[in-house]
Amino acid sequence: MAEARAALDLQLSTPPDLIRRRRIGRVFELVCLVTAVGGVAVLAVLLADVIVDGAGWLNRTFFTRPPSRIPTRAGILPALAGTIWLMSLVALISFPLGVAAAVYLEEYAQKGWLQTIIQTNIANLAGVPSIVYGILGLAVFVRWMGGLTGGRSVLSGALTISLLILPVLIIAAQEAIRAVPNSIRDASYGLGATKWQTVRHHVLPNALPGILTGTILALSRAIGETAPLIMIGALTFIAFTPDGPRDAFTVLPIQIFNWASRPQDDFRHLAAAAIIVLLVLLLSMNALAIWLRNRYQKEW
Amino acid sequence: MNPSPVSASVLGAVSSRTARERFVRVVVTAAGGVSILTTIGIVVVLVWESVGFFRRVSPVEFLTGTEWTPLFQPQHFGVLPLLAGSILVAVIAALIAIPLGLGSAIYLSEYAPRRVRAVIKPTLEVLAGIPTVVYGYFALTFITPLLRHFIPGLGIFNALAAGLVVGVMVLPLIASLSEDAMFAVPRELRQGGYALGGTKFEVATRVVTPAALSGIVASFILAISRAIGETMAVVLAAGMTPNLTFDPRQSIQTMTAYIVQVSLGDTPFGSIEYQSIFAVGLLLFMVTLAMNVFGRWFLRRYREEYA
Repeated sequence: MAEARAALDLQLSTPPDLIRRRRIGRVFELVCLVTAVGGVAVLAVLLADVIVDGAGWLNRTFFTRPPSRIPTRAGILPALAGTIWLMSLVALISFPLGVAAAVYLEEYAQKGWLQTIIQTNIANLAGVPSIVYGILGLAVFVRWMGGLTGGRSVLSGALTISLLILPVLIIAAQEAIRAVPNSIRDASYGLGATKWQTVRHHVLPNALPGILTGTILALSRAIGETAPLIMIGALTFIAFTPDGPRDAFTVLPIQIFNWASRPQDDFRHLAAAAIIVLLVLLLSMNALAIWLRNRYQKEW
Repeated sequence: MNPSPVSASVLGAVSSRTARERFVRVVVTAAGGVSILTTIGIVVVLVWESVGFFRRVSPVEFLTGTEWTPLFQPQHFGVLPLLAGSILVAVIAALIAIPLGLGSAIYLSEYAPRRVRAVIKPTLEVLAGIPTVVYGYFALTFITPLLRHFIPGLGIFNALAAGLVVGVMVLPLIASLSEDAMFAVPRELRQGGYALGGTKFEVATRVVTPAALSGIVASFILAISRAIGETMAVVLAAGMTPNLTFDPRQSIQTMTAYIVQVSLGDTPFGSIEYQSIFAVGLLLFMVTLAMNVFGRWFLRRYREEYA
């Protein structure tokens, strides 16, 4: 009797096919876990591959010399200098423009067709392939405005890359501005402040950490951009560092491309070493952004 | 006590304040207009130079020709080999990125313990942030040599390795957008699934995934669009051989790679080779724009359902 009761209980609590269905579920969970870990594994292999290939080439010569036909004498000085020049100019151009555009969209623009058009347009621009920005930069900054920008110069490159990252930067800045609660704005208006005083003294300071985080992430995307800069003619072989914004230049990713596309092993190793430098720069920017976000994140 | 200087200075302050307000409004509005100018700039530049190109090459020949040999005689300007190259890479990328990305999204959204999630999500973000030239290096020096052990006849430059790394590159996009879509599925739907006796697997695959489907499909479309626009990995790994083939072992050339090839050379402004990059760029722009608009239309539709 008791045995029959137990058997009945078992049957009630676990219908026979439930065991099978649960087993399928466990297998599925495992498969999903494997796919999720797959991405992590690829990243690990990629980093290991680059470090194994390139770490041995990171020496003094590498950081202080221009590229050379002889691999052991080749270095990344002009490329590193070009990258620093480019990124500084991009930050100077894109940060004020992006923040101003975000302020316009969040604080000034009337809800209506114009705002909708600008917003949709920004979202679409974020999806335009980077090489198309290169074509734009080539035609506008190198050719039409060549007299002002110096043609194939670091300034043309910076303007092109700035346009490229603006959509990302604007969207990030908008989110940061939107996160500032309206009570802050109301309090400011209540004390008689004008719109600009409210924005400048209350909205922007509170949104700043979020804006900076978004800006740094956008810049970390820009630091690896290659194709648009090849388009505007950043030279692949130059032995000098730029002295001004109208000078010719090259950047780390282009140097990497140049070395990687040569068949000799030694040049590939140089490319790997330059990739290590690029990734260190990029990952430290990401780390800085994450630190900023965690340090200054506010709960309203 | 004459009050007028005081009130005059107050008035002065007020009017300088309104002047400043007006000035700021003009400045920020102009900044907002830069994005519109960018779009207009892209369209005008692409169309302007393409018109020059299509004066010399008929659009019919461009769109239906099967030979692309602009850099040597006799010149042929049939864009199909480039288009096929882009599509081939995008298809291989999609075959990698869609199952892996969707699996990752389901795992992160339905199964992952908080701690595992805290590791995997940022890692995927890093994966998305690795410069494409680095992926190109990885494909050329690691993936291709590895594949050559298994696939006889695989060239040093081949569409397969390029497609694989592009797939890895767009995987995080699918994972994160799909996860967002699944996360937005209301809890009541999941609870309804459990109440009907569904297991976790059944709820994940038959309730959550269909409910989030339009967001998931949108992520596929956006990822494929990104794969078509991808440049440096393809330049390094797939080579520079315009080739009307769907054999992934062969070297091919994509639309993006052709544009890079021309700009690496010493092509004079105004020549037909120079103009051809704008025609190819226009086609690339239209294809990716159409996919992005379509993808985001999908996303919006799904947002309306649950928001």
